[in-house]
Amino acid sequence: MSVKHGLLALLCEGPRYGYELKAAFEARTGEAWPLNVGQVYTTLARLERDGQVERDSEDAEGHVHYRLTDAGRREVQAWWDSEVEREAPPRDELAIKLALALTVPGVDVVAVLQRQRTATVRALQAHTRRRRALPPDGTAASLVLDSLVFAAEAEVRWLDHCEARLARQSRTSSPARNGARA
Amino acid sequence: MTVVPVLELRGATRTHGTGEHAVHALRGVDLVVLPGELVAVMGASGSGKSTLLTLAGGLDAATSGEVLVEGVPLSGLDAGGLAQLRRRAVGYVFQDLNLLPALTAVENVALPLELDGVRARDARVLALRALEEVELGSEARRFPDQLSGGQQQRVAIARALVGVRRLVLADEPTGALDSVTGETVLELLRSRVDAGAGGVLVTHEARHAAWADRVVFLRDGVVVDETGAAPAPSFEAAR
Repeated sequence: MSVKHGLLALLCEGPRYGYELKAAFEARTGEAWPLNVGQVYTTLARLERDGQVERDSEDAEGHVHYRLTDAGRREVQAWWDSEVEREAPPRDELAIKLALALTVPGVDVVAVLQRQRTATVRALQAHTRRRRALPPDGTAASLVLDSLVFAAEAEVRWLDHCEARLARQSRTSSPARNGARA
Repeated sequence: MTVVPVLELRGATRTHGTGEHAVHALRGVDLVVLPGELVAVMGASGSGKSTLLTLAGGLDAATSGEVLVEGVPLSGLDAGGLAQLRRRAVGYVFQDLNLLPALTAVENVALPLELDGVRARDARVLALRALEEVELGSEARRFPDQLSGGQQQRVAIARALVGVRRLVLADEPTGALDSVTGETVLELLRSRVDAGAGGVLVTHEARHAAWADRVVFLRDGVVVDETGAAPAPSFEAAR
C-alpha cells in the first residue's frame, strides 16, 4: 500500500499538516499500520515536487498545511478507479518454512504447524479485542481490522488443511502400500 | 480467597467400547474455566471437542477422571441432581437447536424455567427479556417454523441464556449464520461471560475462537497447546 495515495485521499477533505495526516490515517485504519511522522513529511515533499500537493497557509503554531492540486485530485481518482495489484505475492516465510520442514529430514512438521496455529490464533485474539474496543462510530477502522481477522483466519484454515493432508498421506503411505501411488 | 472455577476437568477421559475396539474420545484432559472467562476449544472433527462439552454439561459421564461444576463433582450427583444442574446452572447452545415446534418462541425460552418451578408468568417475563436481548422481542409469539434459520438460532440462544446461567456451553453456536449475524451470537455469549458466567465455546473456526480469553487446541482427545490467558482486562476498560 502506498502511503502516498493514503495521504492524497485524506487531503481530499481539505488542507492538513503532517502530524494531522498521520493521526487521521491511523485512526481511519484501526491503527493497524502506524506511520512515522518522518515518512509522512518525506512523502509530502515528494508529492509537492510532483505537483500533486502544494503548501497552503501556516497556522498560529507554525504548522505548514498542505492542499491537493488538480493533478493530486486526478491521482486519487485514478487510485479509486484502479484495482489493487495482487499478482505477485510477497515471499511468504511460512509457506517456505513448511515446504522445507516437509523435505528436510528430522523435522516434526506437526509441531511446526501447531506452533504457528497457536501464534496465529493469538494474533487473531488481539485483532478481535482491538476491534471490540472500537467506539460505535469506528466502522471504517473495524473493517480494516476485519481484513486482518479474515487473513489470519485464512492462515489457520490453511494450516488445518496442511495437517489434514499430512495425516491422510501418512495413513495411505504405510510401508506395505508404499510406492503403490506414484 | 480462592475463586471456585465454574468448570473443572481433572484428567477427564471418555472411552467408547472396550478392548481393541475401544475409541478414546477424550484422554486425560485437564481444564479450568473461571467465572468471567470464555475458553474456546478448537480441533479437527473427531478431536474430542464435542465430547468435552457433553461431559462438561453432565450429558455424558467421564469413563475416568472428574468433572466439577462450581466445585461439585458430577460423579456424585444422581440423575435428579444432574437434571437440576442442567436446568439451573448450565446453558447450552448446541448445533442442533431442539426448539419445540408446537410452542411459540417465548414459550420455548420459558420452558426450562417453568420446568424448574418458576411461576409461568415470571418465566414469561424473563423469557421475553431474553428474546429482546437477541432482538427478537417482536417475534415472541411466532412458532419456530414461522422464523428464519437465523431467528431460530437466536431463540435457541435466548433459551440457553435465560435466567441465571453460570456456565454457558456452546457448540458451533453460529452454525450456518452469515458472518455479521454470527457475530451478534458471539457478542451475546461474550457479554454473558463478561457479566460473570464461565463459558466454553467449541468451534473449528479460528475467527470465532478469537473471541475467547483462552484457546485450547485438542488433537486425538488430548490438549496439545493453548494460547494462554488474555494479556489484560482491556475489555472492560474499553467499554
